[in-house]
Amino acid sequence: MRVLAAMSGGVDSAVAAARAVQAGYDVTGVHLALARNPQTYRTGARGCCTLEDSRDARRAADVLGIPFYVWDMADRFHADVVDDFVAEYAAGRTPNPCLRCNEKIKFAAVLDRAVALGFDAVVTGHHARLGADGLLRRSVDPAKDQSYVLAVLTRAQLDRSIFPLGDSTKAEVRAEAARRGLAVADKPDSHDICFIADGDTRGFLAQRLGEAPGEVVDALTGAVVGSHSGAYQYTVGQRRGLHLDRPAPDGRPRYVLSITPVTNTVTVGPAEALEVDRVRAVRPVWTGGARPGGPIECEVQLRAHGDVVPATVSLDGDALHAELRRPVRGVAAGQAIVAYRPDPAGDVVLGSATISD
Amino acid sequence: MAYLDHAATTPMLDEALEAYVATAREVGNASSLHAAGRRARRRVEESRERVAAVLGARPSEVIFTGGGTESDNLAVKGVFWARRAARADRNRVVSSAVEHHAVLDAVDWLAGHEGAEVGWLPVDAAGRLDPERLRAELAAHGDRVAVVTAMWANNEVGTVQPVAELAAVAAEHGVPFHTDAIQAVGQVPVDFAASGVSALTVTGHKLGGPTGVGALLLARDVAATPLLHGGGQERDVRSGTLDTAGIVAFAVAVEAAVKGQQEYAAHVAALRDELVERVRQAVPEVIFNGDPVDRLPGNAHFSFPGCEGDALLLLLDAQGIACSTGSACSAGVAQPSHVLLAMGADDDRARSSLRFTLGHTSTREDVDALIAALPAAVDRARRAAALRTPR
Ligand SMILES: Cc1ncc(COP(=O)(O)O)c(C=O)c1O
Repeated sequence: MRVLAAMSGGVDSAVAAARAVQAGYDVTGVHLALARNPQTYRTGARGCCTLEDSRDARRAADVLGIPFYVWDMADRFHADVVDDFVAEYAAGRTPNPCLRCNEKIKFAAVLDRAVALGFDAVVTGHHARLGADGLLRRSVDPAKDQSYVLAVLTRAQLDRSIFPLGDSTKAEVRAEAARRGLAVADKPDSHDICFIADGDTRGFLAQRLGEAPGEVVDALTGAVVGSHSGAYQYTVGQRRGLHLDRPAPDGRPRYVLSITPVTNTVTVGPAEALEVDRVRAVRPVWTGGARPGGPIECEVQLRAHGDVVPATVSLDGDALHAELRRPVRGVAAGQAIVAYRPDPAGDVVLGSATISD
Repeated sequence: MAYLDHAATTPMLDEALEAYVATAREVGNASSLHAAGRRARRRVEESRERVAAVLGARPSEVIFTGGGTESDNLAVKGVFWARRAARADRNRVVSSAVEHHAVLDAVDWLAGHEGAEVGWLPVDAAGRLDPERLRAELAAHGDRVAVVTAMWANNEVGTVQPVAELAAVAAEHGVPFHTDAIQAVGQVPVDFAASGVSALTVTGHKLGGPTGVGALLLARDVAATPLLHGGGQERDVRSGTLDTAGIVAFAVAVEAAVKGQQEYAAHVAALRDELVERVRQAVPEVIFNGDPVDRLPGNAHFSFPGCEGDALLLLLDAQGIACSTGSACSAGVAQPSHVLLAMGADDDRARSSLRFTLGHTSTREDVDALIAALPAAVDRARRAAALRTPR
């Protein structure tokens, strides 16, 4: 079997490629060049898109003795991930770019090209389990589990994916990298958003969307309690940095409840008002078995590394409804809702959809 | 493995390798005054004489360097600096659109950091320069031109330039003419004095010598400001302890390549013609790039319509066939070749190109292996390219 290992230059993808070699696959390493101008991306040991990362990936491939190439995916990445990220904020939603990158780049543009070139599957260093039963499960390492950002993948995409790291903790992966002589063994984990060089998401959005001053309104009284320079600067559930002119009458902290792009309004209110017990989502993907005909009991996760809540989930055409067993705060449109079935062998991803409200 | 990338680097000749090892065993710095130093110096000077003899230069015109890139930089920047220092308004460089990056980027650097003006000479669809364009350029600006640089033969598409004619035009205007002859030496007849050029670059690893050793042939009456300052070992133009073993092996290889040029070219060109013919049969839509006649004997360069060269390279590599897209990488990402673009190709055609280069170890089996693997690779590369969203 010929497989293509996506190598970011970080420790996870290097060890994943090494395990694929050990498993007897015919492995070719590929580094995805995602930045139009690599200097503008995060520098240092971030494990994503800098020239240094590309060299680290190449060095790891050389150590493993596999062919290595760089694929230029910058145009696709900009159109499908970066521009989408900006457009989602402009529409008052909170996107997850890593999820979008998996959906549109790694397991779409890259996978399709790989298949056309005669490869059978793509190997990545994601922390998730995908076994012979075809079910996607959480990693054994709960802190590193990435099943949430993979839950968008369709059956066809999963059938051509290999995640060799799901049964290992991050510490085990690092130890193995060191044992195998991979220099990336102690490279720090990547965090944040790879295409925002300084980590300043607001500045990045402000540069692209420009200033758009508007009002901050209290949900209870309807009174204008402050102003903002762009509604896209806010995320549902946010408490800090609201700069309200007038304190709430009850003296309690206010949170962003909603963002309304049409009127350019940010609505704030008390913590309780953030609580949600129903979630509607669109474009469901269901890979954890047959698509359910009626409501099912499961657990849902509403953001990356967010809490898990028991819920009743039902599918209705292109919509997904979830009734949460207990209210959750700070559910933002644009994030994914992922349904899991608890399982001692690793919680199984049933399906996912994009939260609409 | 079928190694079809001799223009990138070609295997060392046995006699060069043996000369290298034998010399590297001996101690001695060619600048030292004792017996060991004298022995090293003798080896260096004998090598200088050998290189000069076969390339039609005087020994004093041979400056040993650390390879082609250094020689090109020394010629372009060094002659520019020296000529401008002599007259401040002489700050124009004339170059061709199809130079190797070792020249191209040196010229760009002079433009960006030294305020140099650049006159770029265009090429025709076969990649050939027209001496009349140089004549027009020099008629307009000749007085202010510090140096003209144009390669003898192109490393990507293999086109051989009318160097003697170009040099004659430069000479009419009294402007020094440098040529990067890295791909030409050993492939086509090259004679420094007879060609009329003032400076000529040659490097070891393209003709059976070691990597990291080369020479700049520099006419006695042409001044060059050094890039490297230090002991002044090479005519005060180039400093650094001489790499005695490398220089000895380089000279052995240059001598063998130049003396064997005719026989080599006949053999390799026949094999190359067979490769071209069989590629055309296997992939009828293929476009053969470069000049069909004035061409390096070992070079075959094609565009494969509807394919991406880097996908083809990956697929052929997986079948044990080594070739090149010929274009340089920027940040590891393949860029469309500036040479193809200068020849009038569009972006897609430039990106669809692949270079196969034969050399002294090439055999018919190499060609057989390529032809066996090519049709399936083209098929797959087409399918992959069809997925690409329109730019
Ligand atoms: C035409 C040409 N110029 C310059 C160079 C650079 O020479 P070197 O590799 O010796 O630095 C090469 C080969 O890489 C070449 O083909």
